[in-house]
Amino acid sequence: MSAADYLALLQGAGFTVMFSVAAMVIGIPAGLGLALVRWARVPVLAPGVALLVSVLRAAPAVTLALLIFFALPRTGLSLGPIAAGIATLALSTTAFNCEIWRAALLALPRDQLDAALAMGMSRGLRFRRIVLPQVARAALPALVNELTLLVKVSPAIAVLGVVDITRAAVRIGAQSYEPLPPFMAALVIYSLIVFLFVRMQRVVERRFA
Amino acid sequence: MIQEFAIVWAQRALLLDGFVTTLWVAALASAGALGLGAVLSTALMSRNRPVARLATILVDAMRCVPFLLFAYLIYYGLPSIGVRLGNLSSGVAALVVYHMAYMAELLRGAWSGLAVETIEAGRAFGFHGFGLFRRVILPPVMEASLPNLGNQVIQVIKDSAFLTIIAVQELTHAATAIQATYYVPFGSFIAAVMLYWLLCLAVEGVVALASARAEARR
Repeated sequence: MSAADYLALLQGAGFTVMFSVAAMVIGIPAGLGLALVRWARVPVLAPGVALLVSVLRAAPAVTLALLIFFALPRTGLSLGPIAAGIATLALSTTAFNCEIWRAALLALPRDQLDAALAMGMSRGLRFRRIVLPQVARAALPALVNELTLLVKVSPAIAVLGVVDITRAAVRIGAQSYEPLPPFMAALVIYSLIVFLFVRMQRVVERRFA
Repeated sequence: MIQEFAIVWAQRALLLDGFVTTLWVAALASAGALGLGAVLSTALMSRNRPVARLATILVDAMRCVPFLLFAYLIYYGLPSIGVRLGNLSSGVAALVVYHMAYMAELLRGAWSGLAVETIEAGRAFGFHGFGLFRRVILPPVMEASLPNLGNQVIQVIKDSAFLTIIAVQELTHAATAIQATYYVPFGSFIAAVMLYWLLCLAVEGVVALASARAEARR
């Protein structure tokens, strides 16, 4: 492998991280929103969210990517490979984040809410001051776990032609007829990224607690 | 939109073929991964330090790699060390070896939660070695990790979609073929997603049923 090959892999790593983080930045609040809809038992919407989450959780990322990339233009909304890739990962992670947030919300002790109510806090204040801080702390480890899972499904968007780590490795292997070295390098890079995210979680957790 | 689904319905034989392939690939891979994972879990729990260390490194390495990269590694990498497998067999092999690590880790988790008394009682009754593992340790461990194993099977089903990239004729591959021929992206991929959903619901149903059974027996 030449220096240019390593550079291509690193560039792919940049894409992989960018895609995963972008999807997470969209997916965390979106998941929280969906979880709140279910938590508040909003009529019609709540069962709809439950159904959507159930379907999305079962949908393989590759299939979802193809669906978004090829079918969305039909509705007049055309996304390029990069936007479609981010949308795919965001959609898929939103479903899982919804479940994580919901579990945290369900674990919140009822008396916390009652106490806030007794203090005469408004709905918004109750959510901001009482619910969100506790729920966020409870959900953090699972959310970081989801982020590492996201890094691992991100090669799915290679079917759209985005050159992430995996696709870069395949390319280098095809050019040099030696697939093992680039794959091994890719393996190391993925491990480093996952390790980095897990370390970040530890730091954030210590800050939070 | 309705027309798209009509076209997909007309091509249902192709889609069904893919669905059946996904079904048995996932079933075979899950069974293989569970069996080998059980064996690997004994290595993880081994009192022999080097063996346990080696197994832990293997499992941790697997948990850092994306499945697609691993599938490529098997598909393109094995020929360079002289092993040649077809698309389908290298796909199944990749699924088995990859998920074996996850299954082993799940079983290890349940195993470390197992009461020591149970194992000691087994020893007192004269069980040892493989017999102890099969008769005394494995049943409660399997029972405790049933929901997690179900989730892992769902993961196997979802990962099997990656095999379309190495040209295994599974469900996503069939959907892509229909979309490429008739230009019905919406119908074909929605149909595929629904079939995956059905499959996952079935797995969840089986797990719920098995858990209820296990609960009733207690």
